[in-house]
Amino acid sequence: MRIQLTVAPLIFGLFTFCLPCHAQGVVDSGRLRGTAGVAAIEGAAGGGIVPWAGIAGYGTADAVGGTAHATAIRLSDFKLGSAGFNAGLYDRVELSYARIALDTGRTGQGLGIGRGSTFRLDVYGAKLRLMGDVVYGPEWLPAVSAGVQYKVNDRGPILAALGARNSQGADFYVTATKLLLEHSVLLNGTIRLTRANQGGLLGFGGPNTDSWRPAFEASAAWLPSRTVALGAEVRTMPNALHTTRSSPWLDAFVAWFPTKNVSATLAYLDFGTVATRKHQQGVQISAQVGF
Amino acid sequence: MRRIVLALLLSGTLAAPPARAGLFDDLGAKPGLTRITEGLMRRALADPRISATFADADLPRLHLLLAAHLCQVAGGPCKYPGRRMTEAHAGLHLRPRHMNALVEDLQDAMSDEGVPFATQNRLLARLVPFQQEVVQP
Repeated sequence: MRIQLTVAPLIFGLFTFCLPCHAQGVVDSGRLRGTAGVAAIEGAAGGGIVPWAGIAGYGTADAVGGTAHATAIRLSDFKLGSAGFNAGLYDRVELSYARIALDTGRTGQGLGIGRGSTFRLDVYGAKLRLMGDVVYGPEWLPAVSAGVQYKVNDRGPILAALGARNSQGADFYVTATKLLLEHSVLLNGTIRLTRANQGGLLGFGGPNTDSWRPAFEASAAWLPSRTVALGAEVRTMPNALHTTRSSPWLDAFVAWFPTKNVSATLAYLDFGTVATRKHQQGVQISAQVGF
Repeated sequence: MRRIVLALLLSGTLAAPPARAGLFDDLGAKPGLTRITEGLMRRALADPRISATFADADLPRLHLLLAAHLCQVAGGPCKYPGRRMTEAHAGLHLRPRHMNALVEDLQDAMSDEGVPFATQNRLLARLVPFQQEVVQP
């Protein structure tokens, strides 16, 4: 897991750098447990595959917060890894970075892109909370945020051979999230405008179309206790390539928040067709540290 | 005529499903809420994040008001006799982190009483609207 090793010093740096923050009150970890969410595969605070409207970390309006995560996904024919970190500024602005690696393993040979070909995608994200709050305020007013994710894929020539127009591109999204305390249920919906194929792992745009397409994403979670969330997510996955199809991503997860500083997520995934391979199901494990 | 109305009322009463015990009862009614309030006060006063907030408070009176407020919010037979929330918290310079700290103390107090998490959240659902009045913008 090369990417995890790359990110480990960064995580360490982030925490060492912020040791004095506690003393100065810049870090308060003042939000309620679980409200930092779980870093999505693209780095934004959210669920495992869908961003949400909450801002990264546990900082309130007077503080900064942040998390670092490492995620491993094993599908029928592929391995995926993601690692990155995000920062929340005054419960208003979120900045994030994640590197996703799609390891095609033996399957790469069959696809004609070489055995063990790995697609790496760097995702630079920013999110702004426009209004509302996940927990507080009227129940009918969710937290609403807008975000952008700029993605850079390192496999330009292969992507071109697959039919993608670009190896870089941006996603724009609007997301709304609310915790319905009366029912101990959290609901989240996201609309994303994107040119990405398979989230950008297979490039951007295609031979027939290069337009922005809407993607719809949603998550729901039930909170049986203060430390556990059980939920599911769905994410439609546009695709402009003629060489492969794509299907919606689905997951069912259990997230565990033993403290505000640590969380772990286990999920069952169904990504459908990925790079011509059908029935890509598997397991995701993710660990997150933060404040 | 009156007989018909009476019959209708009776049948309505009989047909109605047994009333679900309200939140007030689920929290242990008066005795339960009294212990929850005691637990909350003890925790909040020992909580370095918010203890200073109570420096000038009349604690026995605060205890009474808090118990009455929780009881009323939970749907119990109580009337909160205090000032409006905005007025009562004016000048305390409370911020979201203070509100969250109090919520955590209340969660701990309820857990100690064996109140299930879902029931805790039903009470919190009725308390979160007050955040806007308690916290300074």
